[in-house]
Amino acid sequence: MSRTTTDLLYLVTIVTFVLALAFLSRPDKARIGNWIGAAGMLLAIAVTFAQSSIMSYWEIVLGMAIGGGFGAVAARRVKMTAMPQMVALFNGVGGGAAALVSWAEFHRQAPMAGSLKVDIGIAIMLSALIGAISFAGSMVAFAKLQELIQGRPITYPGQQVVNALVLGGGLAAGIAIAAGGEEQWLMWVLLACAAAFGVLFVLPIGGADMPVVISLLNAFTGLAAAATGFELENNVLIVAGMLVGASGTLLTLMMSRAMNRSITNVLFGAFGQVTAAAAASADTDGGTVRSATAEDVAVMLAYAHKVVVVPGYGLAVAQAQHDVRQLADLLEEKGVEVTYAIHPVAGRMPGHMNVLLAEANVPYPQLKEMDEANPEFTRTDVVLVVGANDVVNPDARNNQGSPIYGMPILNVDQAQTVVVLKRSMSPGFAGIENPLFFNPKTVMLFGDAKDSITTLIGDVKGL
Amino acid sequence: MSHSQLLVFELTILVLAIFLGFEVISKVPTLLHTPLMSGTNAIHGIVIVGAMVVMGHGHKDTLTWVIGFAAVILASANVVGGFVVTDRMLEMFKRRRPERAAKDDDQSTSPKP
Repeated sequence: MSRTTTDLLYLVTIVTFVLALAFLSRPDKARIGNWIGAAGMLLAIAVTFAQSSIMSYWEIVLGMAIGGGFGAVAARRVKMTAMPQMVALFNGVGGGAAALVSWAEFHRQAPMAGSLKVDIGIAIMLSALIGAISFAGSMVAFAKLQELIQGRPITYPGQQVVNALVLGGGLAAGIAIAAGGEEQWLMWVLLACAAAFGVLFVLPIGGADMPVVISLLNAFTGLAAAATGFELENNVLIVAGMLVGASGTLLTLMMSRAMNRSITNVLFGAFGQVTAAAAASADTDGGTVRSATAEDVAVMLAYAHKVVVVPGYGLAVAQAQHDVRQLADLLEEKGVEVTYAIHPVAGRMPGHMNVLLAEANVPYPQLKEMDEANPEFTRTDVVLVVGANDVVNPDARNNQGSPIYGMPILNVDQAQTVVVLKRSMSPGFAGIENPLFFNPKTVMLFGDAKDSITTLIGDVKGL
Repeated sequence: MSHSQLLVFELTILVLAIFLGFEVISKVPTLLHTPLMSGTNAIHGIVIVGAMVVMGHGHKDTLTWVIGFAAVILASANVVGGFVVTDRMLEMFKRRRPERAAKDDDQSTSPKP
């Protein structure tokens, strides 16, 4: 197959990838888009096989069978609640693959004295560096989300200095490669430093900030793939990599905006450290907590006109999304209007809560984004907060001393009544006190979210 | 095309791809941000093409072979896993639950008028 034919077919793949992303703007068509993208990927693989320079078919097929088999099994088995770690894992292996490709390319090209062109050298350096950071960082993110290591920020004195030195070491080796250094150990230093930096920079980031980190690592892998495209002079890698880079960057910005924090603050702030001190200053003393029984809440819900459910990660942990949907169905039969208000950072990755509720068969038109949901609260009779905490904390509006001050929240306190389903009075993931619980409009329904909802279903049925 | 011309050409493509990416992705609703992430995840699996190329022609020594082989494994896990998981998620997004069908789990035998 000639180079021109190959490149034209790669162009078809590029078109399918753009279509795959474009179809994602329509929930009912998105699945078709994904198939189109997969078909494009298949085409690219077939075209690459047909290239005359490819000789070791069977080894490649074997590698694909191993990797593809693992990917398919993992993807089929994963629970929707575990989606963030799955995305982190696939993201990491992609970054790792990009780094390895650059390593192999350097190993192949470098021994031919003076053969490594500067731009190829720069591309190799960037792809290896960013790919290795993404690989190691994603693995740490995976371990944190999977709770193999503690989710709380891990910090020590001089952390930033150590990180800067490690990254500097990797960069120095990379610059030496770009400048024409052909020693193999330069690549080892580069990869080792980049991997170490990936680990060190994700370790201090708290679990609540994971949506930002995963988005950022997603962008990194995209960039690494694009740099690989420059090495191999391959347009489909450049375009596909940059599409992913743009997507990851956009999501990173959206996520940090949703938490009203700059990216630097997320990456270097070690959230969760500051909060312990600030929690004490929150204005909660003097208030009392009203707790209610399930029967009381059932009556409130059944005789309401409009109920808004605010789901948080606690709902997912308790696996209560199916029960919530049943409760909502029951209420709708009684003529109550039920919608769901979803904060952008509810869950552990962008859009996570929507996926969990869709899994529970909630029709997506009922899922309201924050901007859509907030004006509705004044006309809402009962808000049911299930396992959410920081995203409904009025301190974000009122208390300048609060670590989450300025973060856009769901204004649930504007509703007639707020019912909070909560295990106990312990503060949420970020460890911040929530004055909403002391609001006279608020009643607490203590207990495991799943049990509480099940009881509520029974009580509503009995009315 | 000379090498520097090619480089400029590739950079042009890169820059246009960035703008295209921002344009297309800013239209994706928050609702689908998780499938967007896993979908883009699958797309960066295109690095499998690079892995195939280095493994294909770098047959001279063991190290290149091992690195290339590992890259093929990682990249194919990325591709297959990414598309499968995205498909699983997108399958769940339905406009309306099929009339009564979704009710089977609580009251499947309810009589219809």
